[in-house]
Amino acid sequence: MTTPRKTLERELQSLQDQILILGSMVEEAMMTSIELLKRRDLAGAKRLIEQDVEINARRYSIEGHALALIALHQPVARDLRTLAAILEIATELERIGDYAKGIAKINLLIGKQPLLKPLVDIPLMAEKALAMLGGALSAFIARDVEAARTIPLFDDEVDELYNQVYQELVTYIIADPTCLEQASHLLWAAHNLERAADRVSNICERILFTVTGEFTEFDSTVSVRTFAPIA
Amino acid sequence: MAIATPGTQYTPSTNGNYAIEAHSLRIYYGDFLAVKDVDLNIPRQKITALIGPSGCGKSTMLRAFNRMNELVPTARTEGEILYNAVNIYDADIDPVEVRRHIGMVFQKPNPFPKSIYENVAWGARINGYKGNMDEMVCEALQQAALWDEVKDKLNQSGLSLSGGQQQRLCIARTIAVKPDIILMDEPASALDPIATLRIEELMKELTQKYTIIVVTHNMQQAARVSDYTAFFSLDEADRAGILIEHGATKKLFTNPEKTITEDYITGRFG
Repeated sequence: MTTPRKTLERELQSLQDQILILGSMVEEAMMTSIELLKRRDLAGAKRLIEQDVEINARRYSIEGHALALIALHQPVARDLRTLAAILEIATELERIGDYAKGIAKINLLIGKQPLLKPLVDIPLMAEKALAMLGGALSAFIARDVEAARTIPLFDDEVDELYNQVYQELVTYIIADPTCLEQASHLLWAAHNLERAADRVSNICERILFTVTGEFTEFDSTVSVRTFAPIA
Repeated sequence: MAIATPGTQYTPSTNGNYAIEAHSLRIYYGDFLAVKDVDLNIPRQKITALIGPSGCGKSTMLRAFNRMNELVPTARTEGEILYNAVNIYDADIDPVEVRRHIGMVFQKPNPFPKSIYENVAWGARINGYKGNMDEMVCEALQQAALWDEVKDKLNQSGLSLSGGQQQRLCIARTIAVKPDIILMDEPASALDPIATLRIEELMKELTQKYTIIVVTHNMQQAARVSDYTAFFSLDEADRAGILIEHGATKKLFTNPEKTITEDYITGRFG
């Protein structure tokens, strides 16, 4: 089939590439923030915080590009849905980047204190959240509906780990109230990872919207709900 | 049999949801089947846009709604178009009467070489209008959003107006005979962007009283102005125009049912 909209297609492809680049930057930031926390590398944490502006700049660049395409090409149907999804996904990725920055800040807050215990569950949470993110980005490029429906199911595993971390840290606090501050910081780091996984589920919702035109909400407390507001 | 009492505004008496309904419509030009087996119900007091690639039969379909195709000697229509529960193609229906109830505005503004006033009064006059002609002309020009621009020069030629004003004059002329449905064939394609937007806004206002069916090549216009959209394409086997998809414009332009519709509206073919 001939495709007279080569310019729009090329621009959409370029935007999708930009989303992948932003996704890689965010993955890298999250992975690094956990490594730095484990290693207690404060100088590295400072650098990571400073580098967050690059993630933000990339997000705004994508947003500007997408808005320009809407204004200049008047896309409809799947093209419009793709652009709407790109705007949302860029925002979600940038927020995941903020969570990585948050973990680096926690690293600084803990300062030179030794950790209460070697970190196990928190890195595992990061590993699972990042696996979800990688899968979601691949699903976006492949318009893989099945993957987009499956990936959010792993959010339950991240939530479970978060509960474990919570219980464990509460136990530490009860046993030794002087560790309250560090335990609170670590709990906050775990919370950031739990939220990051939620953001990946939001990305999956946007992928489904791009392909099907339906709004789907993944929420483990109320199961999956699908909205079809366009009638 | 009459489709309504002459000289009165049409009052729906049967299916209140639809202004007009095409059933199993087939339109031929000689041996060539131009429109094949179309079933299409047009919601009342809404704007329905007919879109599709060149040669898909959308203009032929539009003209079928007021029997304008009969002005082409080789044209022949099968099936039925129900208006007020009467098939407008029944043998005892006068096509002139059909066109009084179902008016048409054309692509190129075509005012008569007469005064602005006479352009509007003309249709009512030949229909034997007995009321206050000045009031009727004023009302039609107001509804066509032209009154303020021409009220001080009603005796000037209609041809002295700008293109956009001429088109609104033609709309006033159509409104003056109190139709029920207004057919519009690319009504803004000869106009500049500002005049186009004025026509589009006017179309929206006219739905307070009238049902509008519009053919347009401009998909952004169809998306902006219409409530419902019918997408026509060509049957690859016999090159006849067929209705692919019909539904709410918001749905059709955001998430159409058929792949071919999606490919057309996103510019992948056509």
